[in-house]
Amino acid sequence: MSDKTINITTPISRETARSLKAGDSVSISGVIYTARDAAHKRMLENLEKGIPLPVELKDQTIYFAGPSPAKPGEPIGSVGPTTSYRMDAYSPKTIELGLTCMIGKGARNNDVIEAMKMYGAVYIGAVGGAGALISGCVKKAEVVAYPDLGSEAIHRLEVENFPGIVIIDSEGTNLYETEPPKYIQA
Amino acid sequence: MREINVETVKNEIARMCIEANYDLNPDVYNAIEGACASEPSPIGRNILSQLVKNADIAKASRKPICQDTGMAVIFMEVGQDVHFVGGDITEAVNEGVRKGYTEGYLRKSVVSDPIERVNTKDNTPAVIHYNIVPGDKVKIDVAPKGFGSENMSKVYMLKPSDGLEGVKDAVIDCIKKAGPNPCPPMVVGVGIGGNFEKVTELAKRALLRPIGSHSPIEYVKQTEEELLERANALGIGPQGLGGRTTVLGINIETYPTHIAGLPLAVNISCHVTRHASAIL
Ligand code: SF4
Repeated sequence: MSDKTINITTPISRETARSLKAGDSVSISGVIYTARDAAHKRMLENLEKGIPLPVELKDQTIYFAGPSPAKPGEPIGSVGPTTSYRMDAYSPKTIELGLTCMIGKGARNNDVIEAMKMYGAVYIGAVGGAGALISGCVKKAEVVAYPDLGSEAIHRLEVENFPGIVIIDSEGTNLYETEPPKYIQA
Repeated sequence: MREINVETVKNEIARMCIEANYDLNPDVYNAIEGACASEPSPIGRNILSQLVKNADIAKASRKPICQDTGMAVIFMEVGQDVHFVGGDITEAVNEGVRKGYTEGYLRKSVVSDPIERVNTKDNTPAVIHYNIVPGDKVKIDVAPKGFGSENMSKVYMLKPSDGLEGVKDAVIDCIKKAGPNPCPPMVVGVGIGGNFEKVTELAKRALLRPIGSHSPIEYVKQTEEELLERANALGIGPQGLGGRTTVLGINIETYPTHIAGLPLAVNISCHVTRHASAIL
């Protein structure tokens, strides 16, 4: 675990993803995509029917989030992370399709962690509920797929210095398992 | 009979939906700020200070504290000498939610059917609890509730023989299982007694009480204090990344129950526990 913040720019290669370690503080800049349950479901169901993905996933970052509406003149409303386990059913597939980075909050299951280890992907935690703070990192936002899903549509975000902590790395080291035991009081 | 126009109710509810989502209540804010100083985990302190900053930004820039601006939960205590005029009261309440969520740029998170899941696009309907009380006033509490934490809540139909110890263990187990998912530090509302549906309402109502307030019943107060200490010894910490700030407050409400039962409900809430109230 290092004290200094690592600046990363998207897209994130498999190698870069593998170089990040649980506990690293990161600051992400570049393009990331939002997707929640409904968007994941539709992407993968469509893929099975032979309909291509609306965005290429290779080396990309998906942010599990559904923003609140933008006020006039602002790119986006509040945009903190949503709870990631609801995407556990879909993430092994998106990782296999090339995804290298997921941003969310909360635990992930074993299938996701195994896929991260196998392909080289990283899970970064954003501070849940810090939606107003994170909105300041979003410089541009547009809906690129599934506008009918409203907040759950896929948004393309251009972010600058988006703050996060690597929670699970590509070796499977998991802060949710390593950190809390240090603070248990008998 | 005192007449109150439903239009007034609508406008008040719209205002409160916005206020609750932009301005973190001082009890929650102070609890987070206070924890910044006492939290031993460096990651935890960093997170808590981000939460304080987030609440400041939300207030100053008139933005929702959290993008999950919740499903609107509304408690209405209606004086029995009040006569609502000008339309259907439930429609007016929902109209107020619609207005608040639209004009306040709050997220519309409600789907019209739990299985078909089509967004209603205006965050209605709200969950409304009416209570008839003496007098000619109307007290309205608006408590928008996010679902990251709502999903971690539980009902337990315990046996009378499980007793207070059984209640305590179940509450701690529920907090432990919730772990990082409800955006800790959490606020926990507990209902004990009543029956299957009453106990969940008690737990939800317990969340309306400010952090640090205590039950007037001595053993309940002691239980609130003991559970808070036990919860913060679990190590979960801010965002579940380790630390001693797991729960900011635990409030318990009780109600008489049946000889054969000991219902318990644990309503988990997050550091964005929202609440606005007004008396008409
Ligand atoms: S649990 Fe609370 S803080 Fe976390 S996303 Fe939901 S409403 Fe926001």
